[in-house]
Amino acid sequence: MKTLRKADVVIVGGGWTGLLMAKELGARTALSVVVLERGVPRSTDKYADDMDELDYAIRLRMMQDAAQETVTLRHDARGRAVPLRRYASFLPGSGVGGAGEHWNGQCPRNLPDFFELYSRTKEKYGVNRLPEDHAVQDWGITYDELEPYYTRTERLLGLSGKAGNLRGQKVEGGNPFEGWRSEEYPTPPTKLPYFSALFRDGAKSLGYHPYPVPAATLSQAYTNPDGISRPPCVYCGYCERFGCMIGAKAQPTSVLLPVIEKKKNVTIRKGAWVRRLVHDAAGSESRVRGVTYVDATGNEIFQPAEIVFLASWTLNNTRLLLLSGIGEPYNPGAGKGTLGRNLTHQVSFAAATAFFAKPLNRFMGSGASGMLLSDFDGDNFDHSQLSFLRGGLLEARNTGAHPIGEFGEVPHRVGSRWGSTWKKAGIEYFDRVGRIVVSGEHLAYKGNYMDLDPTYKDRCGDALLRLTLNWRENERRMAELLTEKTVEIARAMGATEVNTFPGLRNYDSRRYQSTHVQGGTILGTSPESSVVNTHGQHWQAANLFVLGGSLFPTGGGANPTPTILAMTYRTADAVAERYVKRPGPLA
Amino acid sequence: MRRRRFLTISCTTLGGVLVYSLDRKVSLLSANEKNKDKSLRIPLRFFDEGEALLAAAAASRIFPSDVSGPGAKEAGVVIYIDRQLAGPYGSDRYRYTQGPFEDAPAEFGYQGKATPREIYREGLKGLTGFDQLNAEEQDATLERIEASVFFSLLRQHTIEGMFCDPMHGGNADMVGWQLIGYPGPRLNNYDEIEKYYGQAFRPKPAGLREVSGHSVGASEDEK
Repeated sequence: MKTLRKADVVIVGGGWTGLLMAKELGARTALSVVVLERGVPRSTDKYADDMDELDYAIRLRMMQDAAQETVTLRHDARGRAVPLRRYASFLPGSGVGGAGEHWNGQCPRNLPDFFELYSRTKEKYGVNRLPEDHAVQDWGITYDELEPYYTRTERLLGLSGKAGNLRGQKVEGGNPFEGWRSEEYPTPPTKLPYFSALFRDGAKSLGYHPYPVPAATLSQAYTNPDGISRPPCVYCGYCERFGCMIGAKAQPTSVLLPVIEKKKNVTIRKGAWVRRLVHDAAGSESRVRGVTYVDATGNEIFQPAEIVFLASWTLNNTRLLLLSGIGEPYNPGAGKGTLGRNLTHQVSFAAATAFFAKPLNRFMGSGASGMLLSDFDGDNFDHSQLSFLRGGLLEARNTGAHPIGEFGEVPHRVGSRWGSTWKKAGIEYFDRVGRIVVSGEHLAYKGNYMDLDPTYKDRCGDALLRLTLNWRENERRMAELLTEKTVEIARAMGATEVNTFPGLRNYDSRRYQSTHVQGGTILGTSPESSVVNTHGQHWQAANLFVLGGSLFPTGGGANPTPTILAMTYRTADAVAERYVKRPGPLA
Repeated sequence: MRRRRFLTISCTTLGGVLVYSLDRKVSLLSANEKNKDKSLRIPLRFFDEGEALLAAAAASRIFPSDVSGPGAKEAGVVIYIDRQLAGPYGSDRYRYTQGPFEDAPAEFGYQGKATPREIYREGLKGLTGFDQLNAEEQDATLERIEASVFFSLLRQHTIEGMFCDPMHGGNADMVGWQLIGYPGPRLNNYDEIEKYYGQAFRPKPAGLREVSGHSVGASEDEK
């Protein structure tokens, strides 16, 4: 194994969090920073060639290659896990920029009470209302503490939207349920597809409070505090599963990479497949000494470092710590260990598939142009008479309907899935159907967790991560009520027919939900119940920081990227301003 | 090298289709006046001619050519499927194929060992003589295999071949896109997105190679 010269900082993963940390440390310190990204280089100006549904949206060209590494899944600890032989229910990205390149850019903040879920629920409904098997705990950091970092994130991305709560003052047209924000969005809301306009009017007629999706797809030209200028979105409809060809969608290669490339102290090394974090013998004073990786030509390399950031995709953060033997693996039976606990996956589903008499021109849109409503999110509606806790956001967007994925969605009464009748209905409804999607909270449970699979290996012979994951009654009942409410809105929009979501049964790895999988290296206030402190600093190794969705102790209804970036900013401040001067545990 | 195989199709059944010659030059064959009574010999990459005829006949029942418009035949779906099977998708290059292979409930996804190529080769054996049956008999045959992995692939690939970018060999002359009013990749809808509320906006379709102005690599041609 070849040993390279020591770097001050090594960052594992070149996606949103890794590159944001690289930008911050590169600009604010003199530290030498090496980013290790196992995928390929990417750049915004190449993306116009990617507007091909088959290769990108169906064959998933930007995603992690399951042949190299996947995860295994079982529904409970008694079952035997099998590999997800193709990714489907979530789609981890690969290459510089990671999943941030092919996201939709919907950017609502999490609700204030989400960060104190345990204590707020206990206070309002009593601790007995939490499900028996729950593993819900507070974050140890509040919305008020995160608010300045949310604001910095929104300026970085140039988010387009409308505030609903400016420093406690309710503002017409925004989300009346949102936490206070210190300033208006950097840019006004995006243009609105017809389907979303129907949703807005339908929801308003029922007395709800729809508001524009906070969007990382710009409504107008914007220059961020780093001097990065981006053009407005042209609604081409190629966001989800594609990179944005003009950088109107905030993506790491358009927002972060141009800044990083000017910093001589930051290097991004592509094709570097990290296998282990190397650390001194276990104990409370353990230190990470660097990482080992396989480079693009198959050589084993040791990259020593003073500080290590683990910023790979959420599941791989947990896997690398398990493979490296850092921290105690979670064992739900014995109630011991923390590494791998609190696995959640956003409860996301098309609650109502609504058919209309008029065409919708669904090929035009962006990943985040549309309307949302939060009337049924979190605890925004009273749960005292309900049989579940929490809720979700309802959304109507046009992300750009592509024909392979979308053809054939017909009213249930058609009855067939192939042949003349189905074809005729498919043609008739291709542009007359829209989906109202629910994005719901997923509570953490003791029985939903991750560990290493005893059987299946990746391309290097390392154990795959095993997910033990299934829905509980709380999610199933929540989905039922939210589906009912959504169907009412679809009718109010003028839908002639509605296909209704059949309900959550077992976790289904074939149905795309969202790429918002969380937990495994959760943050908290004590090493007894969490893996890292609220700065993402590992309890057992002060020079190791973990970034990303793996820190979330529970899964939110709001999409996680703004919160992930806000927490990354907070860690960057703590490292640049305090840790570098005086290495050691951060209070 | 195995003997080259061809599928012979009447020009009038195909709107137009991109084919590669031996030196991999692309040419467009279409049912214009000049070619009206000719038949096309399209080089096959995976199927033999008999298999191609069976697959084409089955795809035509899934997406028939009928009163509601052209179908799998005109779009060249079988050519699309042939190329996909010959390429990395057909050999499962991007699927996790390490064993053991265990049975699992449907919600864990396809757990079989067989690649798409193997599934087709085996599945088409079960359809011997299918292309000689009448439409009713063909439908009855497909109904009997509706629950099979082979049928679900055939159905999915028929949709793909109807609506993919024409650079992949299906959707010939963009007949699929015209059928549903889909314009293909458009670089800019800024002025139109809020202009056509409730009215159909149907720009003339164009494929990616036309829109981008240069050749774009397709995954099935990856070596």
